[in-house]
Amino acid sequence: MSKIKTIVTLIVLSLGIAINASSVMAAKDTLNLGMVLEPTHLDPTAGAAASIDEVVYANIFEGLTRIDKNGAVKPGLASSWTVSEDKKTYTFNLQKGVSFHDGASFEANDVVFSLNRARGEGSVNAQKALFKPIESVTSKDSHTVVVTLTQPTGSFLFNMGWGDAIIVDKASAEKNKSNPIGTGPFKFLKWVKGDRIVMVRNDAYWGTAAKLKTATIKIIPDPAAAVSAMMAGDIDGFANFPAPESLAQFKSDPRFTVVIGSTEGETILSTNNQRGPFKNLKVRQAVAHALDRKAIIDGAMFGYGTPIGTHFAPHHPAYVDLIATHPYDLEKSKQLLAEAGYPDGFKGVIKLPPPSYARRGGEIVASQLRKIGINLEIIPVEWAQWLDQVFKKRDYDLTIVSHTEPMDIGIYARKDYYFAYDSPKFQALMQKLDATVATDARYKILGDAQRLISAECVNGFMFQLAKHGVWNKNIRGLWENSPVQANDLTEVYWVD
Amino acid sequence: MRIFLAKRVFTLLLTLLVATLVVFVVLEILPGDPAAVMLGINAETDTLNALREELGLNRPVWVRYASWVADLVTGNLGISYTYDVPVSELILSRIIVSFPLALLAMTLSTLIAIPLGVIAASNHNKPMDFLVMSFSQIGIAIPNFWFAMLLTLLFSVTLRLLPAGGFAGWDAGIVPVLKSFLLPTIALALPQAAILARVTRSALLEVLQEDFIRTARAKGITNQGALWKHALRNALIPVVTIMGLQFSFLLAGTIIIENVFYLPGIGRLIFQAISQRDLIVVKNLVILLSGAVIMINFMVDLLYAFIDPRLREGEDV
Repeated sequence: MSKIKTIVTLIVLSLGIAINASSVMAAKDTLNLGMVLEPTHLDPTAGAAASIDEVVYANIFEGLTRIDKNGAVKPGLASSWTVSEDKKTYTFNLQKGVSFHDGASFEANDVVFSLNRARGEGSVNAQKALFKPIESVTSKDSHTVVVTLTQPTGSFLFNMGWGDAIIVDKASAEKNKSNPIGTGPFKFLKWVKGDRIVMVRNDAYWGTAAKLKTATIKIIPDPAAAVSAMMAGDIDGFANFPAPESLAQFKSDPRFTVVIGSTEGETILSTNNQRGPFKNLKVRQAVAHALDRKAIIDGAMFGYGTPIGTHFAPHHPAYVDLIATHPYDLEKSKQLLAEAGYPDGFKGVIKLPPPSYARRGGEIVASQLRKIGINLEIIPVEWAQWLDQVFKKRDYDLTIVSHTEPMDIGIYARKDYYFAYDSPKFQALMQKLDATVATDARYKILGDAQRLISAECVNGFMFQLAKHGVWNKNIRGLWENSPVQANDLTEVYWVD
Repeated sequence: MRIFLAKRVFTLLLTLLVATLVVFVVLEILPGDPAAVMLGINAETDTLNALREELGLNRPVWVRYASWVADLVTGNLGISYTYDVPVSELILSRIIVSFPLALLAMTLSTLIAIPLGVIAASNHNKPMDFLVMSFSQIGIAIPNFWFAMLLTLLFSVTLRLLPAGGFAGWDAGIVPVLKSFLLPTIALALPQAAILARVTRSALLEVLQEDFIRTARAKGITNQGALWKHALRNALIPVVTIMGLQFSFLLAGTIIIENVFYLPGIGRLIFQAISQRDLIVVKNLVILLSGAVIMINFMVDLLYAFIDPRLREGEDV
């Protein structure tokens, strides 16, 4: 018996030691950042997942230009550039003394390779459209690249700052999915799949060195687990916390800072413009008048989100507030439905992908539309099904999706896009926009475009997704807003 | 014994073959294009086609089935669509989390359950029996994910003794690994132990009614002696059966616990692979798990033979 006692005592003691060893304080030049979705791989030139950019953009990989925390275009690997008179030729002067993480030097031919790879035949770039205007990419000398476009493209410099347009080295490009080699301030160290991705400071970085020595991205898919991980101090912060319902708890805890920022995510009630009653503008207008945006934001997002009246980010200078064009008005809505020939309403289908904005928002939208007689059958789908049924085959009446790409109003010009909006007028506007470079003129066209899709009620415009940042109150330098899909950690540091 | 083994191995192979067919057909029916999932909603048609070509998705169905089975036989599990690493490497990285965890949970559950079951049976209808049965009733009733959350609340959030989740990785050393396993092990083991204790108790009670126990008692052996020496071994068959089922569950079905403790285990890999349409991972993982479950059943069968010699000699029982 005494033997057992000894063993038990030993086990208890060793547990105690183990537990104590852990409570050593973490040094203040490391960061554990939580993330909900694990990237499938780490190559932003070969996948659409925002989670890829949220790990590597500006940290490991850099592009010619760089989008800063306010969404402005800043020099990146191109230290400066000139644009020709006809706005069709861009000459980029590249940073000197830059090397990739594996030691290879960064030169003009890397830019030529990267851009040609992205727009080439076998390209698997998810945003290949960004590179469409490019006619040719040539290197003038080892640190000068000339890009000619087929037509002036006002958004070209912004587009070159996307994660999909990062510059890679030919020798390491194919391995970037699992071992990303970039030019950024952080080097990839390791990826424990399903658990974490670790980056360390690149001491040979060409620009201002990062303040953090180590940055670890921890993958925590479950919102409840995310709360515990924050509370237990395992995680220093979430750039975008998955559960808005828990924010109040963090706000009341002095250990944390809660920062509500904006994203590029227009959350819309996407409508199949070529199916059934929704072909009729009056029906779409009726839907617009039946949407109570505040109830949707309160119910689905716990109050976090900015109402929108068109497909445009409210924080952008070109944004036009069009919420008042279709105010919440059930009487008017019913009248419009009657005029359209549906005095008793009709039946329809709403397909909802997994995010909570869609699932919770969808239930509220369905109950709001029931008030005017539109009875929606709610069908929850997973992403793969959504992409197949809704996006590809357009087998849906309504769905809810947040379009998170920045400045993506151009999708309304694609007549084969899933909301099946075919408007020559809008398409002409976008062509005009592409050919316009002056900012004021561009903003005017963007305003017209916003008004057009709002007037035609292409989709139900609901709200701009908020970014719910929660982090330790001693952390500085994390982005409040996300003008591009990124968690730029270059300026993050701790204060005491 | 040889016939017994041969029969078992034959069933094993046949089950696996049927499993490959079922898995393949089900995944074919499942809607969703892996390339579309990977490239998202802004992708161009020619980009999608390029990716489909790269992934080999444009080949005819039967070619894909045949090449998959052929690869399976030669041990080549292919490259994951989404992670772009060998599937075998991916699965291995999850097994080194799930398998030790399952083993720990099973061990803990057995260490708790068998003694409790024996105590309850030997104190049949006495307060001790009642106490054990109450514990087990609670253990069965409490959902393990909720229990897991309570554990995190107490040990991680309030006492801050243990991490709320995550897997330190084997290269971090044994102590951090055990620490990341401690709470999940308890959360998994207690509900299992509750069931196992009940099974042990009722199996023992049944055996204790048998004639040979009365004979043993008549020959002067104490109650306790009869229980430990004669009854327990005879009561083990149902206990081992349940343990086999539980181990299979622990290996593959712990997805909820893996989510609560954000452990990168097999369950989460399957879930992730299905939602991302990483069909090659799903296929191979399901087959491997079927294989594992079949192997566990096979081992349980062997254990029967070890516990009950009559089975070894091929007698009908």
